[in-house]
Amino acid sequence: MKLGGTPLSIVIFAFFVALVLFLSYYFARRAKSAAGYYAAGGQIHWAVNGISFAGDYLSAASFLGICGMIATLGYDGFLYSIGYLAGWIVALFVVAEPMKRMGKFTFTDAVDAKYDSRGIKLVAAISTLVVSVCYLIPQMNGAGSLVEPLLGLPHWVGVILVGVIVITIVSTAGMTSTTYVQFLKGGLLLIFSTILTGAVLVRGLSTEPPSLPGPDGKPLLYVPERSTVDELEVAGYARSHVAGDFSKYVKDGKVTWWRRDAEGHVWRSQWKSATETNGEPGGLLYPVGRIRQVGGLDADAAARGTGPLSPVGYLARLTHPDTRVEQWHQASVVDEAGTKYTVFYPKAVSGTDQMKPGVKFKVKTLWEKLNFVSLMLALFFGTAALPHILIRYYTVPSPACARKSTIVAIAAIGFFYVLTLFMGLGAATNGTVNPADNNMSAPLLALSFGGVLFAIISAIAFATVLGTVAGLIVAASGAVAHDLMDRFAQMGLTDQQKVRAGKVAAFGVGIVAIVLGIVFRGINVSFLVGWAFAVAAAANLPAILMLLFWKRTTAKGIVASIVVGIVASLGIILTGPEMFAGPYGLTAAQAWHPLGQPGIIAIPLSFLALVVVSLVTQKKPAEQRVASAATG
Amino acid sequence: MLHGPAQDSGPDPATGYKGRIGLVMFIVYCVVYAGFVFVNVLTEGRAMQIIVLFGLNLAVVYGMGLIVFALALALVYNHLCTKKEREVAGGNAGKGRES
Repeated sequence: MKLGGTPLSIVIFAFFVALVLFLSYYFARRAKSAAGYYAAGGQIHWAVNGISFAGDYLSAASFLGICGMIATLGYDGFLYSIGYLAGWIVALFVVAEPMKRMGKFTFTDAVDAKYDSRGIKLVAAISTLVVSVCYLIPQMNGAGSLVEPLLGLPHWVGVILVGVIVITIVSTAGMTSTTYVQFLKGGLLLIFSTILTGAVLVRGLSTEPPSLPGPDGKPLLYVPERSTVDELEVAGYARSHVAGDFSKYVKDGKVTWWRRDAEGHVWRSQWKSATETNGEPGGLLYPVGRIRQVGGLDADAAARGTGPLSPVGYLARLTHPDTRVEQWHQASVVDEAGTKYTVFYPKAVSGTDQMKPGVKFKVKTLWEKLNFVSLMLALFFGTAALPHILIRYYTVPSPACARKSTIVAIAAIGFFYVLTLFMGLGAATNGTVNPADNNMSAPLLALSFGGVLFAIISAIAFATVLGTVAGLIVAASGAVAHDLMDRFAQMGLTDQQKVRAGKVAAFGVGIVAIVLGIVFRGINVSFLVGWAFAVAAAANLPAILMLLFWKRTTAKGIVASIVVGIVASLGIILTGPEMFAGPYGLTAAQAWHPLGQPGIIAIPLSFLALVVVSLVTQKKPAEQRVASAATG
Repeated sequence: MLHGPAQDSGPDPATGYKGRIGLVMFIVYCVVYAGFVFVNVLTEGRAMQIIVLFGLNLAVVYGMGLIVFALALALVYNHLCTKKEREVAGGNAGKGRES
């Protein structure tokens, strides 16, 4: 699917990038000290910090990934919105004020505050790096998806562009410029997402949505042709291969793929092979997504459309059992010659099914149930364990300000997540879903309302990536320069050397992020972020919680917890079905186990490791008395 | 103004009180959140499709409700914490007990 960049979109994009770089230059002069570089001097106002939290947190995963997932899977995508927001409750009630009290620059500072343990410094810094890299991959991937339609550039160019800009932001002014970039982006994202949602509600629902225009002005919306096997034969199609529900037909030398539905109809699907797309070398995949039937309206009325709807009215229409929404899924099939095809096929679901969990996250078998609980557990406990979120607590002057900024964040982020449901469903019913890459659903929805809104929304989405990546790179560079070099290796860096080391580390992490962003192209960004949450929840949160609430926690217990959390969560992910079916190029059935989400095993294991190791490494009473005397 | 050293906010006598109500509210939200997860798992999704309010099903109402409930709890928590902080800052009787 290629739309190409318009002069307007390029101008608006260039304006945003210039603004971001100006902010970095402006604040660079003020970030000479380590406190200035890593924590913005601890003097950011709580309200600004709250919106910056939103800017930091509402990443490509939220705006691009969740909207894309809702657009293709319905309510299942909204589960991420619920879980991501609920995680802030853990941050507010349990983590915010203690983090501010205990730490200085990094997550490691806080967990190590009571112990001054080199082991904790090492493993907490490694955990920060692992989580940050897991989180960076989808952000960079999302940036690549954005520049393709926005600027007409290849995916890899977008990834490199983000990498270069963010390295510039972070290495010039650290946390201060990062904060104001996030504040700006968070505010704009909320405003324009509200405008986009309003436009969706005013347009209402119709079985004949307006189509996106192609470069030549012709409508692009793909409305799949419905037929039967007999009708195809009469029309001159020759069946050459059958693979499950998919059949390959050839007519006049042209390949077509059709999928049979439960009623015996066959639907013409879109397809892609290594050399061709929809039958042509370099051909196009067309945008999809429409409502086939609006519950409570006859066919004529549904074609005319409902007109403007209230938010509740919009959701109620889509939930109606007679509503039929055309979801698009993809499958890999191999033909008689051994050629591999990716087939994109339509599947009509009722409003009842569209608006409840179960398309992706099924809960019928035991493993499916475990996967679902595991996902919700990771989302809930992951937020308060994300290093780039935790370091924002050091940018405000007091624990009370940390609390208030978290509440501003909950209000802003909660409001945004409510909007994701409307934007995702809007994309699903307005023909603005790229079947091969649903990450662009929200920006393409904006395009259906005109080029100006598209250009602004896309530029904001790009800024979204910039803000989050900048925060992640600050966290990662702090882990390298402050935790590993200065405190673990005890290199005795001066304030200026610590800032310089942070900038070099930012450059290195940025390069790694660029490479991984290119490698992981095409996977839903929110899905990938779900894994980052799982690793953070398993590796970091047990240590934070037990440190605060269990007096017998020891340094060795914390080290064990973090190590077990990282190894268990990454181990389960890397040997699980999603990696086998995705990056490994194998099938899900070949995976070592059927668990896609590691939280349900990795989080309890991490807690268990902490408790067991802490109990066996308790100081004897005499040692405790000596330690108490030494510390006063 | 922006780049002085990270500030030491000093001792906070309300810490104990804030920690306790934070923990209680955290547990309350956990229970409500777990309810959402387990209703879906135990009924295999069937309960989620029941229309409960204004034509909306349980999945939508409960999901939106979790978002709104989080904000409501956060505001109540902030109100209680701020009230306590003012009390202890004013040196009233609660000061000694909460530190």
